[in-house]
Amino acid sequence: MGPISSRLIAMESKRSWAAILTLAVIAIFVVPILNLAVPEGSLFHIPTFWVTTLGKYLAFAILALSLDLIWGYAGILSLGHGAFFGLGGYAMGMYMMRQVGERGVYGNPDLPDFMVFLNWDSVPWYWLGFDQFWFAAVMVLAVPGALGFVFGWLAFRSRITGVYFSIISQAMVYAFMLAFFRNDMGFGGNNGLTDFKDLLGFNLQTDGTRVGLFIASAVALGLAYVLCRYIISSRLGRVLVAVRDAESRTRFLGYRVEYYQLFVFTISAMLAGIAGALYVPQVGIINPSEFTPANSIEIVIWVAIGGRGSLYGAALGAVLVNYAKSYFTGALPELWLFALGALFILSTIFLPKGIVGTLPAFNAGAGARAFAARIIGRVRQNLGGAP
Amino acid sequence: MTPAEAAGQMPDQSPDTILYLDGVTVSFDGFMALNNLSLYVLAGELRAIIGPNGAGKTTMMDVVTGKTRPDRGKVLFNGITDLTRMDEARIANLGIGRKFQKPTVFEHHTVFDNLELALAGGRDVFQSLLFKLSGAQSDRIDEVMEIIALEEARFAEAGSLSHGQKQWLEIGMLLMQEPDLLLVDEPAAGMTDAETEQTAILLKRIAGDHSVVVVEHDMEFVRALDCRVTVLHEGRVLAEGSLEKVQNDETVIEVYLGR
Repeated sequence: MGPISSRLIAMESKRSWAAILTLAVIAIFVVPILNLAVPEGSLFHIPTFWVTTLGKYLAFAILALSLDLIWGYAGILSLGHGAFFGLGGYAMGMYMMRQVGERGVYGNPDLPDFMVFLNWDSVPWYWLGFDQFWFAAVMVLAVPGALGFVFGWLAFRSRITGVYFSIISQAMVYAFMLAFFRNDMGFGGNNGLTDFKDLLGFNLQTDGTRVGLFIASAVALGLAYVLCRYIISSRLGRVLVAVRDAESRTRFLGYRVEYYQLFVFTISAMLAGIAGALYVPQVGIINPSEFTPANSIEIVIWVAIGGRGSLYGAALGAVLVNYAKSYFTGALPELWLFALGALFILSTIFLPKGIVGTLPAFNAGAGARAFAARIIGRVRQNLGGAP
Repeated sequence: MTPAEAAGQMPDQSPDTILYLDGVTVSFDGFMALNNLSLYVLAGELRAIIGPNGAGKTTMMDVVTGKTRPDRGKVLFNGITDLTRMDEARIANLGIGRKFQKPTVFEHHTVFDNLELALAGGRDVFQSLLFKLSGAQSDRIDEVMEIIALEEARFAEAGSLSHGQKQWLEIGMLLMQEPDLLLVDEPAAGMTDAETEQTAILLKRIAGDHSVVVVEHDMEFVRALDCRVTVLHEGRVLAEGSLEKVQNDETVIEVYLGR
């Protein structure tokens, strides 16, 4: 067995591999069967709406992994990761837009509707090639990767880290939002890209396609997890943690810290791009709201709540917070942002290691008592030390 | 005085000069941290550098390790390599190790992983991605672990070590780098007497194979090192020689006790 495959097997415990494979079987076989083969009305039927919603959560989980890789392990807090997610999504959206063809409102075989509306007579040069799936798939990786590489190169070479990096990354995503809102950018402006018909010839409205996208998201999440685990269990991963904890020590050991940061940041940007590309066909739209700074901050909250520095914590955080979001925006829409804010504050104070970092302590009983004592202690402290 | 100095020659071409600083000047907003500092260290030498706060000891280390670029002056390693144009990583890979004043180890890594990260060898991103520890390298880690007396703590997180143990771990990491020159900033700060004594023994054991420059405040510790001493003051060399000689030097007494 080659060194890479033996490392892959050794990097997870047997139990973890069993858990991963179980989840994979559920995603690839159980969910599709319960949706497609079990009749509607049966107790075990999973509605297509839920399959797609779960698929969306899985795309978000990939996005959370990409952020955790740089924030949890390398200590780089990006508040602009939505930019890479959005660009991956736009690349996929551009492909699906060109697949619409004559079925658009204006029936123009070559031009997407919004270009007809703007009186353009041909697609701009940067839309060329997007009628081919393979080209769009390459761009899903290449565009976020190139942006991550250039942005990271400029920042890390100048040793911009910590809060300064966070602010610049936030400014970057904001700049993308402003640019993509403009109609003459050629990405549909305010409305973005929508009214997609099919993907690789499969009608996006059918249950089969939706299940297919769900499976694709699950497989992509699994592969992204394995890739991230491979990176962090290598010596490179240990160097990243070393940079996070004592950057100058790492430099004086002879490591070119900026190259390590650049490598992991570029990988992370590409993963975020994949997440965006899986997200867009499942929700059916991509618009500049994906570039709002608040969206990028939300990713950070998923990871913080799930457990920064734990890959499955990040993925779990993305799924749980988004489930809560689906619930709240349905039941009590005006309360969601308050709930999110409260979740973030409470998890920072009481679960500094996130849900996953705290779970073992909860299991131990003693940990739960210590946790309760800490809450009581803090409440007392806040009340001014009264007994 | 060495014969070279007596003859008025600069020792930069001598094969046994490992570190040579000539006329090094560093100023921060008008404050002269180093003022025309000239100093050299021989291969295999153990050297102590003392001086009051603000004498420029740490700045000197910053200049040698590439953290600070001097305004003027020459810094030569092994007589030929000009260090003033290189960054920290390049200088580290040339064979210069540095220990910080505050013990700086990777707190979330085990003692073993700390040493493994310091292991001499490839520092490339992709080399690191595919790195696999060889038997010889593993033996080397064990060997250093024995030198710094941390075999028992092999798989303990470095963050859980005592202050003194962290200092030793950091010295061990320097040894893993297999440097020719070690710069050690106040290794005995905050140590118990027993730890201080052991640290002096450790550094004396390391010198010989390596050149070691120790910056220190603690006179008892410097006495235990039993080596040539350089006194810095206001960014330049005030006196140099054995500890006895420097301690009896009028100007040194004035700087330390007077004012």
